[in-house]
Amino acid sequence: MAYNLKEEMSKKERFEAGHRLCAGCGAGIVCRAMMRAVDPEDQAVICNATSCLEVSSFQYPYTAWHDSYIHSAFENAAATAAGVESAYVALKRRGKIDKNCKIIAIGGDGGTYDIGFQSLSGAMERGHDFTYFCYDNEAYMNTGTQRSSATPRFASATTTPSGIESVGKKQNQKDLTQIMVAHGSPYVAQTTMIGTFQDFHEKAHKAIYTEGPTFVNVLTPCPRGWQYSPEILPQICKTAVDTCIWPLYEVEEGEYHLTYKPKNKLPVEEFMKLQGRFIHCFAPGNEWTIEEAQKYVDRKWEELLEKCN
Amino acid sequence: MSIRDRMSGNEAIATAMRQINPDVFAMFPITPSTEIPQYFAQYVADGKVDTEFICVESEHSSMSACIGAEAAGARAVTATSSAGLSFMNEMLFVAASARLPIVLAVANRALTGPININHDYSDSMAERDSGFIQIYSENNQEAYDNYLQAHRIAETADVRLPVMICEDGFITSHALENIELESDEDVKAFVGEYHPEEYLLKAENPLAVGPYGVSNYYMEARVAQAEAMKNAKRAILDVAADFEKTFGRKYGFFEEYRMDDAEMAIVIMGSSAGTAKAAVDELRAAGKKVGLIKVRVFRPFPGEELAEALKNVKAVAVMDKSEGFSANGGPLFAETASACINMEQRPKMIDIVYGLGGRDFTVDHTRRVFAHLEKIIETGEIGPTYIHLGQRDDRKEVL
Repeated sequence: MAYNLKEEMSKKERFEAGHRLCAGCGAGIVCRAMMRAVDPEDQAVICNATSCLEVSSFQYPYTAWHDSYIHSAFENAAATAAGVESAYVALKRRGKIDKNCKIIAIGGDGGTYDIGFQSLSGAMERGHDFTYFCYDNEAYMNTGTQRSSATPRFASATTTPSGIESVGKKQNQKDLTQIMVAHGSPYVAQTTMIGTFQDFHEKAHKAIYTEGPTFVNVLTPCPRGWQYSPEILPQICKTAVDTCIWPLYEVEEGEYHLTYKPKNKLPVEEFMKLQGRFIHCFAPGNEWTIEEAQKYVDRKWEELLEKCN
Repeated sequence: MSIRDRMSGNEAIATAMRQINPDVFAMFPITPSTEIPQYFAQYVADGKVDTEFICVESEHSSMSACIGAEAAGARAVTATSSAGLSFMNEMLFVAASARLPIVLAVANRALTGPININHDYSDSMAERDSGFIQIYSENNQEAYDNYLQAHRIAETADVRLPVMICEDGFITSHALENIELESDEDVKAFVGEYHPEEYLLKAENPLAVGPYGVSNYYMEARVAQAEAMKNAKRAILDVAADFEKTFGRKYGFFEEYRMDDAEMAIVIMGSSAGTAKAAVDELRAAGKKVGLIKVRVFRPFPGEELAEALKNVKAVAVMDKSEGFSANGGPLFAETASACINMEQRPKMIDIVYGLGGRDFTVDHTRRVFAHLEKIIETGEIGPTYIHLGQRDDRKEVL
């Protein structure tokens, strides 16, 4: 059935308003869209890593989640999901439950790329039937914007601040989406929040309804860490896609599909200039940082196009 | 009707697990507990259980997976030792605070520094404040019997706490001894089915587990957990009473061995108690008024009951098979001494740290301990209260 935004938006919310996330934060929008991708008749269990999302969406005695939800620690959302999934398999086999249930893990880039990486890798390798969503806001935002392995080169973070001797983070980010593809997952996708959310929705739905361990990496801007004004969140997402900093693609059983190709590939500075974390790159004498960033994005984009052909 | 057999402590625990047939077993190997999941893997392969057996990539993940599974409504188990238990540390506290009745088998082994694979209690003693119930076993029979009681204690409605069933690494985990097993049917009937009230997979009523608890709520959660641990004392005795009625073997918080009219006593745990009992028998035959208390339940700590059992004793040596680095004695000493603090008449009490990293503990060591206690009673002088026994260099030995 063709995607219809109006229909999707008329579904009953499964992630409720009134959570404590910041205005202009992408995480809440990700959760709403993620939960719209679960068919209304299906049950879901959400396994959340410690994160802004966790402390903002389940502060006792309130929860924003209509579905069952478990948070246990920072580094183990995938292992926790593995446990839930194993229980689901065991209890179903023993006839103790009968309803369909989708197991979903969600963590930020800190809980996914870094401290939770081993747990994620283990769960992907073991082949549990679950979907892991990473809401990637490119730094440890819950503790105050420390760099992560998802932080792009030249971004100023509180542990890689810019200064006379520094132009921000020294390293390029880890390409986690590719690492998940290398795990042999049946479905891996990269998306973000643009337009009618069709790209997000279709990938999320496919991931949730593909059997086995699937992974969706969602670029999720953070107004505090990236230093932008809340209302330009959609513009940042769109620019990330149009500069090819965050290409939209999916990998089904190892086969790459580009799901969006910008008509006019924009220069990376269009993305960088929207955010305070890159402001030092525009200072006189630092032009080279933008050139380097462009070179890196171009190389990654070319590599991806090759994989998609 | 009991079945006579012979097997190691690891096989005894694996057998109990097979008979219980838990929903989920999340394993990661570490010496000396590795055999438990290995035996279990064979039961899975042979169709003797239909447990969802998952081989995760670390102990941190095995406990995390148990947390997910138990919260989801399953009976979840795992096993570990030493560094593996330490690696679980964070998740042990989470499991207990989420009030998840997971059962964890521990084959106790020394913690690294230097690395060592043999027995002492440094691993589980380091987790004594984790919120897990801790039950210790003297031999394979006790390891089996304790395991059979574990799920019921853990799942008791006003307890709902995870349980650690401890056996001594290698000494109990690997040594073959005679054992009385119970039939699969009797075990299943005794342990019963798990019927949690609320769980993640309950379709008609979603559940949220693991909230952010701000200062306005955190303390109430901790107090409730502390109350649950107090309730566990009653549950442990209730389950033990039913166990005795069903299978005929008696258990309590601790075992009192020849404590009637004892003037000197040692407080000890695990397999060392078997060795020490031999010395007690010998000294009793020689007319010495000696006795022994073997602590089975360390969490909840049976302080009141232990103080009562020690009230007529003149001198006590608490035997710690782990070094607490408090500069004031080991953990069993700290607990025993504090349990006795408000007694009208207190025994004199010393701490003896022994057997670290699998160092032998002998009947002769026990004799030396009692001889020392006798001297304390005779002279009225307590002397050093924090002693290391069984060192390589005789010149360092106090006893």
